[in-house]
Amino acid sequence: MLTVENIEKTYEGKPLLKKVSFEVHPDETVCLLGPSGSGKSTLLRIIAGLEESEGGRVLWKGEDLTDIPAHQHKFGLMFQDYALFPHRNVAKNIAFGLRMQNAPKEEIQQTVKEALRTIEMTGFADRKVTELSGGEQQRVALARALAPQPRLLMLDEPLGALDRTLREQLSFELRRILHQTRIPAIYVTHDQEEAFSIADRLLLLHDGVILQSGKPADFYHHPKNVWVAKFFGLGNLVEGEVRSRSPLAVNTPFGVFHARCDGNAPQKGEKTSLLFRPNQAHIAGIEDTNTLTGKVIDQVFQGETYRLSIRINYDIPNFIVSLSVPAEIGKMISIGYSTEDILCLQNGKGES
Amino acid sequence: MKTIREFLGRRSKNPTWRAVLFWLVPALFLGFFFYQPLLALFNLLFSKEWGFSLGTLNFSQVWDPLWFTTYQAFLSTLLTLIIGLPSAWLFARFRFPGKRVLRVLTTLPFILPTVVVAAGFNTLLGPRGWINLGLMALFDLSTPPVTFLNTFGAILTAHVFYNTTIIIRVVSNAWSKQNIRLEHAAKVLGASPWRTFREVTLPLLQPHILAGTLLVFLFNFTSFGVVLMLGGPQFATLEVEIYIQALHLLNLPLAAVLSIVQLVYTLTITLLHNSLTSSKNLSITPRAQTLVERRPNKGVERFAVIILVVVLFSLLVSPLASLAARSFVKLEPSRGERGDIERGLTLQFYRELGVNRRGSLFYVPPIAAIRNSFVFALITIFITLILGLLVAYGLRQSSPINHVLDPLLMLPLGASAITLGLGFIIVFNRPPFSNLNFPILLPIAHSLIALPFIVRTLSPALQSIPNSLRNAARALGASPLRIWYEVDLPLLAPSILVSIIFALTISLGEFGASTFLTRPEYPTMPVAIFRYISQPGALNYGQALAMSTLLMLVCASGILLIERLQTAGKDWF
Repeated sequence: MLTVENIEKTYEGKPLLKKVSFEVHPDETVCLLGPSGSGKSTLLRIIAGLEESEGGRVLWKGEDLTDIPAHQHKFGLMFQDYALFPHRNVAKNIAFGLRMQNAPKEEIQQTVKEALRTIEMTGFADRKVTELSGGEQQRVALARALAPQPRLLMLDEPLGALDRTLREQLSFELRRILHQTRIPAIYVTHDQEEAFSIADRLLLLHDGVILQSGKPADFYHHPKNVWVAKFFGLGNLVEGEVRSRSPLAVNTPFGVFHARCDGNAPQKGEKTSLLFRPNQAHIAGIEDTNTLTGKVIDQVFQGETYRLSIRINYDIPNFIVSLSVPAEIGKMISIGYSTEDILCLQNGKGES
Repeated sequence: MKTIREFLGRRSKNPTWRAVLFWLVPALFLGFFFYQPLLALFNLLFSKEWGFSLGTLNFSQVWDPLWFTTYQAFLSTLLTLIIGLPSAWLFARFRFPGKRVLRVLTTLPFILPTVVVAAGFNTLLGPRGWINLGLMALFDLSTPPVTFLNTFGAILTAHVFYNTTIIIRVVSNAWSKQNIRLEHAAKVLGASPWRTFREVTLPLLQPHILAGTLLVFLFNFTSFGVVLMLGGPQFATLEVEIYIQALHLLNLPLAAVLSIVQLVYTLTITLLHNSLTSSKNLSITPRAQTLVERRPNKGVERFAVIILVVVLFSLLVSPLASLAARSFVKLEPSRGERGDIERGLTLQFYRELGVNRRGSLFYVPPIAAIRNSFVFALITIFITLILGLLVAYGLRQSSPINHVLDPLLMLPLGASAITLGLGFIIVFNRPPFSNLNFPILLPIAHSLIALPFIVRTLSPALQSIPNSLRNAARALGASPLRIWYEVDLPLLAPSILVSIIFALTISLGEFGASTFLTRPEYPTMPVAIFRYISQPGALNYGQALAMSTLLMLVCASGILLIERLQTAGKDWF
């Protein structure tokens, strides 16, 4: 439905977006994830027509939107600070978009009523928006964006300004409302948990490009490179050099490890990184080929598991593992990984 | 002894008691020098001494100047808005070459004395101004073709010059602080640019526009120097009428009636303005400033921006530049000079400032006026700084008496300088306080006029010093006096400097009260300029211009310094 093609934008002389392309399909909630300053909000404003891109174009069902002014895009946009009109009450904020479409009065009233019911704020119609709590403002902003039935809804860090418990609660509500209305949506956030809970599909924006896209689970199981693994905090990352290609063996400061690789294995002698997930570690036995030995320096009880920090030597960061059995602080421990569980990742960032 | 200390010690913990201590001297000063003369004006109406009774008052004597004052103020305000609002938009939303310079220029009218501005317009459009002399030379005319002086248009032009910048300041400030996302939200919801402006931008700006408009109206209503010097006596506003009745026709009771009418009128507007400014705090989150300013795009927008920049530049620069230039050029004969005269660049007018010519208007050389002005200004600085600091500390105490005293302090802002001058000559007419043997009456009047500005500068600065700093100093062993010296004073220093410049420029340029209180042997610069500029002969004119130029320089450097000192976002209104 929505096609974003090679969008380019510079900010203060530096490239911010370098040929960003993606699509949004019907009924789909796409999450645009990226660290702050990666240009997510700028990209949203370009799609909304509020800002001009310096290259590329935005299409809706094949129609180029470049020369169509923002107010004719029929897209909804929800702002991080909500941007509720302070001089209008709750009902009038929600009614604004319908009034711009010159909808009949009765229809507006009806829609506002329904919208208030959807966000569970029925009694709030005449309240001043400046008197609402953060969570209430957020819901009114959502209702305002949805009321004119936009062809596409964009949400710019909609939960960013709220505290943690409220955020979790509202993210489920958002998910429910988005799926209920079946309006395709682009959801911008820098919070991966939020992204995982809302998105049908994830787009990871880094360094001006979409670094990886796919279902949330894909990012977990198949991170494209070291940067992605780091961003999602998938586990211990150890740099090394490829020693042999088949079977894949990598030389690291911890020793030599056999690993698996998504796609093409790197060349011999190439720099690479290995991902060791904490929860895939086990206490090493004699059959293990991939082992690490170090001193347990910290242990945290986490319910089902114990989280250990292991010092292998002082030159490298401590190694983190999760085990089902406790260990003794100060004792040496040997940890094993099966070859299947060690993932070899590209060091380079950007597209390959 | 011990009991007194205990008594004071216990009392000093009570904020009201401390507020009273701080307010004592300022309140006495205001009571004696402001409220006493004000009451004397009322009293005058009922005293037998003048053989005056309200019954004999002709209705049109009050109504005519009141109507004309309102009419000209309304028209001036309207014209000001017509130029000011688009300019505010220009400043709030666009980046364009020359913006910084233009922004600095817009601060000038805030502080330029009316005599300087009047002299500026005189040199541009007056009978001896550039345009008239140029046209006369070009077409060999014997009389000046452009009539500007003593016209209604002259008054309006000068008012627009003065007040456009107020609208620009007040409105563009609010405009650029307005969250741009509100406009974005409206656009995304389907509002066209015009509808976005009408439904979102304008309603949110409205209280600010209204406040600015009221302020401009107030200034136009009480404008004196500009009307007197550019409009002439036939355009009698209330202020000019009070001046004429009191000083030329010696009809003090009528002057008093007019003063009271004026006072009631201006007070109403001031109260209205205050209630507006206190309720305009719509919560608008100021954000993302960089997004807001942009280069003008499209043909129409670009064209509008260029026109505005040109209009503003010529409005602000041309009278001032023409004044400065004219003060260095001799174009017409001096008095008594015959035959061919030397035309061209000259420093003669500046040199003549130090010469006491026979038949000069005052008993002293013009340079004495400059010296007098500066002496009076120094006294004004001294008085306002002491009173201003006391009031600022008084206001800092959380005491209910501040709710009463603060408005009483700000009242001089609403009362005009003319009213003040009139009250002074009525009350202080016998020793020890007569104007003859108590020459600091004039700086006292200047102090009353400047004090509200000084307090508005010092008080917020003082409030912004967190008490934790003082507590930290005390915990580290500093005595109260030491705390003031080590913590308060350094943090207040920039605001004190700003206050000094305010007091200096206000005193140097003050004209209204000065016309009442200046004694012939102690003329001040504005009074001297006023007298010289209307005299025949190149020398008198030139001297007036030279003095105006000097005054302009001092005031302009003052305001530039203030601009540098004031942190961004601070505002005087």
